[in-house]
Amino acid sequence: MRRGGQIWAWFWMVLGVLYFFLPLLATFLFSLRAKKGVLSFLAYQNILTDPDFTHSFSSSIVWAVFTIIVGILIFVPTAYLIRLRLPRFRTPVEFITLLPFVIPVIVYVFSLVRTFSQPPLLIVDSPALLIAAYTVVSMPYMYSAIDTGLRAIDVRTLTEAGQSLGASWATILFRIILPNIRVAILSGAFISFAIVMGELILAQYLVKPAFAPYMAFLMQQKAYEPAALAIVSFALTWACMGVIQLVGRGRGEAQIAAGH
Amino acid sequence: MTAINNAERGAPLARSSLPRSSLPPFSWTWLGLTPFFIFAFLFLLYPSSILGVRSFQDTKTHAFTLKYITELLHDPYLLGAYWISIKISAVTAIGGGIFGFLLAFSAIRGGLPRFMRSSLMTFCGVASNFAGVPLAFAFIALLSPQGELTRFLSSLGFNPYYHGFTLYTFWGLSIVYMYFQFPLMVLIIAPAIDGLRREWLEAAENLGASSFQYWRYIALPILLPAIVGTMILLFGNAFGAFATAQALTGGQINLVTIVIGSQLRGDILSDPGLGYALSLGMVFVMVLAIIGRTWLQRRTERWLR
Repeated sequence: MRRGGQIWAWFWMVLGVLYFFLPLLATFLFSLRAKKGVLSFLAYQNILTDPDFTHSFSSSIVWAVFTIIVGILIFVPTAYLIRLRLPRFRTPVEFITLLPFVIPVIVYVFSLVRTFSQPPLLIVDSPALLIAAYTVVSMPYMYSAIDTGLRAIDVRTLTEAGQSLGASWATILFRIILPNIRVAILSGAFISFAIVMGELILAQYLVKPAFAPYMAFLMQQKAYEPAALAIVSFALTWACMGVIQLVGRGRGEAQIAAGH
Repeated sequence: MTAINNAERGAPLARSSLPRSSLPPFSWTWLGLTPFFIFAFLFLLYPSSILGVRSFQDTKTHAFTLKYITELLHDPYLLGAYWISIKISAVTAIGGGIFGFLLAFSAIRGGLPRFMRSSLMTFCGVASNFAGVPLAFAFIALLSPQGELTRFLSSLGFNPYYHGFTLYTFWGLSIVYMYFQFPLMVLIIAPAIDGLRREWLEAAENLGASSFQYWRYIALPILLPAIVGTMILLFGNAFGAFATAQALTGGQINLVTIVIGSQLRGDILSDPGLGYALSLGMVFVMVLAIIGRTWLQRRTERWLR
């Protein structure tokens, strides 16, 4: 490429780097100012010793773990059966898994609350509803991760080999297929984890303790602690994406999550 | 790829020769798919369908009515909310799209060191997922009246707040949205830029084309459907955003998502039916966006694969 082009390339890159890092740098600096006049990690200490933080953070982890388990239990058999036996269901199922893209989360939670807050479906207070909602919101990523994983292995041969050795369907699914797509499942799981940890709306409107609503609450109360939380949250997102890249070797497709 | 798929579908499963073939495949098949369909129906299809039903149903009499749709289309407050949402989504989709494209193109074809491309991709993977409350706070720390950059600029004698800038209104929110918009553009457009063959540039140069002519007659016509299609995706991405705006402005800015949020908290609209119509309108806009994107994607695939 010509020299002029290269200068422009550098210019855009520098601008991108500034856009990316300046807010983080500002947040980090801000989080260190809790003690007047000196830089300190006081804000971080305050958070870590706040029982509300521990409670909301651990709640979010519990939600995330259940979301991942439910996702695996529902989507692995579905994607597997569609690949092996029921290709004609591929279109409707994929259509359903992509639906959350066209329904903004706030619209989705609106319909959930209105549907499940009147008898006979009065389960709006149940934690199960929150987990189901998280599973729906992360479904496009989880399902496509699993489906991509299944595409990469020879489902048919593995199944037939299992059958000819007398394995039951449960054995085939959980002891043959599942271990073979563990990388795909892991990347789907970490995307789900990142979504659940960052998701504000679902937990806020279904009134359950979670990390993001806690952060939103703290933002109105304190100045420096939310900055520290934002850094923690960013590190968490970074770690999740890092793990996905590591296990998935840079398959960049499924990395775009919701939660804005 | 297609060949493999066809072979997969065409080959009948050689079950008859297997010892366990006495199991009826039909019942097993259905057992496997029912959990998914029950789950999807209960927690996605049924709740969403009530948006469609109740938008056209009188809250009191339950009779069919179009009054909520007409009311929505004549309510300046609600139409204003759509307008601001659409405006901010369009501005950040176009702005983020252009910036993201330039960034991706610089990293891939700009003659920069190779490691910059992979680091850019990693950063973008993180940044496109970094939204909501922490993002809002990051920009408050940077650009609020007490923010680090504001104070730095003031110390140089330029306080942006004396020149009409505020973080908490339209343009401020646009700057914040850009943070998750342009990385998304980079991630999605990168494969399309990869598909732009170097031979085309060489051929154009050999035939004496200027850099402008190469862009005007070759690169842009090929990339344009991909660029516009991805911008539509960014549009949808911003259109559905709620948490960032809520955390940043405390609900002061009149976006559709914010209105729906307040309606859900305490029925701020004159009739609950209006809330359903408002939500249905959002889904309608999103569906239009997805249709547009799919159409453009088909056009892209003619040249880039």
